[in-house]
Parts: sequence; structure tokens; C-alpha cells
Amino acid sequence: MSTTYRRGRTPSLDLVAGNGLIDRRALLGKGIAVAGAMGAAGTVTGAAAEPLKDEQWSLEFGSIMPPVQTASKYEKDVVRSLSNPQGEFRNSHARTPHHLLNGTVTPNGLHFSINHCGVPDIDPAKHKLVIHGMVRQPLEFTLEQLSRYPLVTRMAFVECAGNSAPMFSNQPLQVTAQALHGLVSNAEWTGVRLSTLLDEAGIDPRAKWLIAEGADAQFLDRSIPVKKAYDDALVAIYQNGEHLMPGNGYPMRLLVPGYQGNMNVKFLRRLKAIDQPAYTYFETKNYSQILPGGKTWRFHFLMEVKSFITHPSFGHHLKEPGYYTISGVAYSGAGRIAKVLVSADGGKSWGEAALQAPVLDKAFTRFQMPWRWDGQPAILQSRAWDEAGNVQPLRAEFVAARGETKQPLASPLLFPNQHYNSITSWAVDSKGEIKHVYA
Amino acid sequence: MSMRKPLLAFAVALALLTGASFAQSPGSQSPNLGKPVSEADIKAWDISVLPDGTNLPPGSGTPAQGARIYAEKCVACHAEGGKGGGAPGAGPLVGGAPLTNGIETAKTIANYYAYATTVFDYIRRAMPYNAPRSLSDNEVYALTAYILALNKLIGENDVMDAKTLPQVKMPNRDNFILPYPDRI
Repeated sequence: MSTTYRRGRTPSLDLVAGNGLIDRRALLGKGIAVAGAMGAAGTVTGAAAEPLKDEQWSLEFGSIMPPVQTASKYEKDVVRSLSNPQGEFRNSHARTPHHLLNGTVTPNGLHFSINHCGVPDIDPAKHKLVIHGMVRQPLEFTLEQLSRYPLVTRMAFVECAGNSAPMFSNQPLQVTAQALHGLVSNAEWTGVRLSTLLDEAGIDPRAKWLIAEGADAQFLDRSIPVKKAYDDALVAIYQNGEHLMPGNGYPMRLLVPGYQGNMNVKFLRRLKAIDQPAYTYFETKNYSQILPGGKTWRFHFLMEVKSFITHPSFGHHLKEPGYYTISGVAYSGAGRIAKVLVSADGGKSWGEAALQAPVLDKAFTRFQMPWRWDGQPAILQSRAWDEAGNVQPLRAEFVAARGETKQPLASPLLFPNQHYNSITSWAVDSKGEIKHVYA
Repeated sequence: MSMRKPLLAFAVALALLTGASFAQSPGSQSPNLGKPVSEADIKAWDISVLPDGTNLPPGSGTPAQGARIYAEKCVACHAEGGKGGGAPGAGPLVGGAPLTNGIETAKTIANYYAYATTVFDYIRRAMPYNAPRSLSDNEVYALTAYILALNKLIGENDVMDAKTLPQVKMPNRDNFILPYPDRI
């Protein structure tokens, strides 16, 4: 009914907010095609084009298909950025190039990865997972056995608690969305419900925690609430349809959707049911936060609602005034995204962005906003709400509650604090260059 | 026809066997593919130590013993006297500014850790960085004692063992807040 009605209407290109933001309904159908309605900045012209001809690649037999295909050679710059490219004897971070990707699924080769002591070389035939502690019957599982269970498939983002940490800097760093937000990625994960395995082992009702431990060279471990284990945790064995990438936990990892990335313990080898948290190294130190005034948070777990614009963003250049689609990702560890607002005037006015369906629980949602850039300075921002009613804080609100550094951060690789989820602002100047600003 | 009888008998036996094995587990519909093992089988992997001292191993060590091991196996990265900076990522093991200095204050054992058992647990599972799990439990107790003494959290002659380690009072223990208590 509504479709018929829309077809009968004149497309609406109403401006919904300052500096050229267009009603998102323009994305639904014919609106964008009506270039004339968009003013002099429209790029459809009658200027003489070169006559078309067949290119050489159409006139010869193509290349051999490899068994595993990789991206086109023209996409060679679409890579993760490495914190430790020479493989020095320390931890390593690989960040997802959000400003060069689109959609919601992070390709496996580009999924972010942090390893504190290298990537272990695990033989899947020898890897074992044990469940023990406060259980009726300790159990040991192989990958082959877990593969025979009914498998659950779901989308989920995984985000390091230190993602976006450069934005704790009191001055904005001039770096890409990859450098700021590259420690979050989104994938389809397939695995066994942890609740099934805990039920089979017969967990003691007095056990409130699980110590989850990996098979890496520090046996990285975290205390996980049993409550979360029974809510939606998986022992994941597939990532976007193929077995986990080595840097993402091959051959199996814990998936606790919406919780700190570090809790999604990779190379999972042991789950011990206990009645108290273990206060492991990582939950004691790295993933616990100092608050202004010196109090500290522990067992924070939840990755709160966040969004950031990926297109256009730092590193991009707007060639000419005219139509652009502002696009980015939004996600929340507390559920589905309910709404994303976009501003082109630094937060003075906001318009509601279109959300790409399906909008999934604890997963990336792509938002888009049609925009006509008039060639004047603009500040692009996005702000997300989740279905639980949580809203992404404005920077002033966030800094008041969580603080910022006293000196500008010396490098975007540093982690002055964790759980940054305020808005990101990209300033477009009259030449179409983009800077990172606080607005 | 006579061929069918053994097959039928086999099928009945299989059904009985299957039924019997399912009956041992709570959910008869659950796959139950895990191999039952005993805690004794898992002992070598079960290195988790809890703040109340649960699962601390037998053994003991003193700061003086720890100093000798430190000089041999730790100083290359963590530097003389635990000052840190001998290798990238090897932060200081001693000292620490007040947390009121700012949200970016470096977190240390003395200014941050809630429990001394965390020090023992992490050394035992992850150190030395190039040879994890190569230290004996006595060596881990001794190194823990050495580091705690450097920070003046225990005395120079205090012995660390399964009884004394959980009793070490860490300065920042009561300074923590739970942002989401309903998630536990």
C-alpha cells in the first residue's frame, strides 16, 4: 500500500537539518535521481565525454583463478594497520580500515586482532577444551566433537575495551577512523551455545563465575559471569563461514556478545566454574578504568552504545560540492540500535539517518544520510541510541564523567583509558579536506 | 526372514545402550559428546589462583630468594630494581603515582592491584615472557615476595606461601566501584 502511494508522489528532497542534510526518505527510491532538484551543485551535465571504447582487459583471456581469492591489486591499500610491524618481542595490534570498507561485515582478513604474546600455532586435532571446577562431571571436548553439536549462527561485533582510546586525548589527533576506531569489527560467528556445554557438565548453582582461559603463551584468562554464559555466549568455531582466523582465536574462542573484546577469550582451552571472580591480570589492570578523582571501575564488561562516520572521514577528500552519502556504523553491547542522528553543522541541528536492515542485536548497523555539500565548512557527527534507551554521550558530557588526558596524546597507539564511546566529529573545510575535531 | 532376527536384536541392543548413556545426563536431547575426565586429569592445566588463596600450590619463597631469580631471569626486561623500561611493554614493577593524578595514570601493583594473588598468578602463567610456565612454584613465590617487598607491601624477611600471600593488604583494594552490578 505504502509503496504504491510513494510511487505516486513527487520525491521529497526536503532538508531536515542544517548545512544540507536531506531527509533520509530520499534514499528510498527516486529522490536521488532528480539531480535538478539538488541545485547548481548537481554533476549531471551535457559536457562532451570521450567516446567509449573497449579496454584491453575486455579483449584478452583473463587470469587463472586461485584456490583462495584475495582482493584486487587495486585494493592493496585496504589493509589493517599494525602497531608492531616488525614483530618485536611485545604485544601486537592490527586495526580494521573502517574508512575503506562498507556494509556491516568485516572481512576475515581485516578483522581486528590483538595478541599479547604472538599468535599461537595450534594443531586443531590436538586442541582440547575442558570444563571443570564447580560442575557435577568435568568434561573434555575436541573440535571434532564440538562440530557435531547443533550450531548457532549470529552476527556480533567484538570491540576492544581500548578501542577509540586516542579520543581521551585533550586535543584531537589527526588520524583516520581506522586509527581511532579500528579495534572493533563485526562478523558472523558460528558455534556451540555455552549453556548446552555447561548443562552437560552439570554446573553447580552456587557457581557465579567462569574463568575462561586461552592456550596462548600467557594462558590469557578472564572471569566471566555465569549469567552471561547462559544469556548468549557461544564457543565459536566459525567466522563468516570459515574456521576462525588464527589471530581471532583458531580453532575456538569464547564469544560473549557486547562485552569487552578481551573477555571473548581466544584459543579457548579451559572453563572453570567458581564462586568468586579470579581477579586475573587483565581484569585487574588493563580492563579496569581510572575515573576522574581517582576512583576506579572494575568488571565493566559492557561495550556501550557508539557510532562513528566512516564516509566521509579523515583521509578522504571531497572533490567538489554536490551530493554525498554520509555513512557509518552504530552498535551497542546492550542490544539493537534504535536510532542514529546525523549533524552537518557540529551538532547545532540533527536529522535522523536511515538504518540498513536487518538491525541486529549487539551487531553493526550501517546508517546513511543524504547530504548536499554546498562547498562551505561543515562538521559531520553521528549520535546513536540503542533499544535499551542508552544514548551516545556528547563529548562534553563524556569528558565530565570520564575525563581526558592533561597533555595531548603522543601517539594514537597509546591507551590512556578505556571504554570511550562519545561522538566523533569530522570537519570538512572549503577545499574538501577533512580534519578530526572536537565539537 | 531368518536374516532379520540378528539385525533386530542388534537394533534393540543399540537402542538400549544409547538410552542408557543418555539417561546418565540431564538433558536427554543434549549431544553429550564430551569425554568425562577427573580433576586429577586437569591438574597440570588448573593454574588459576583466587584472591582468597584457593588453589595456591604448596611451596614458599622470600624476597632475598626472589632477588637472585630476578637478577637471572627478569632483569633484562624489567630492569634493575623493577624500574621497568628494559624492554618495550615491560612496565615498572615498583612504585606508582596516586590515581588522583589523572585518568591516564599508569596502573601499577602498588597503586592499583586489589589482590597480591594476581601477581603470583600472572608470573606463574605468563613469565618469563620468552619461557612461560618454566618457573617452579617456589620460584614464583620468591619472585612475588621480592616484588611485594620492593613496593614495601611486605617486609624484607616475610615468607610468601599459600597462607601469607592472600593476607597481603593491597592499598587500592577498597577503591573499586562496579558500574554494572546487575550484570554479575
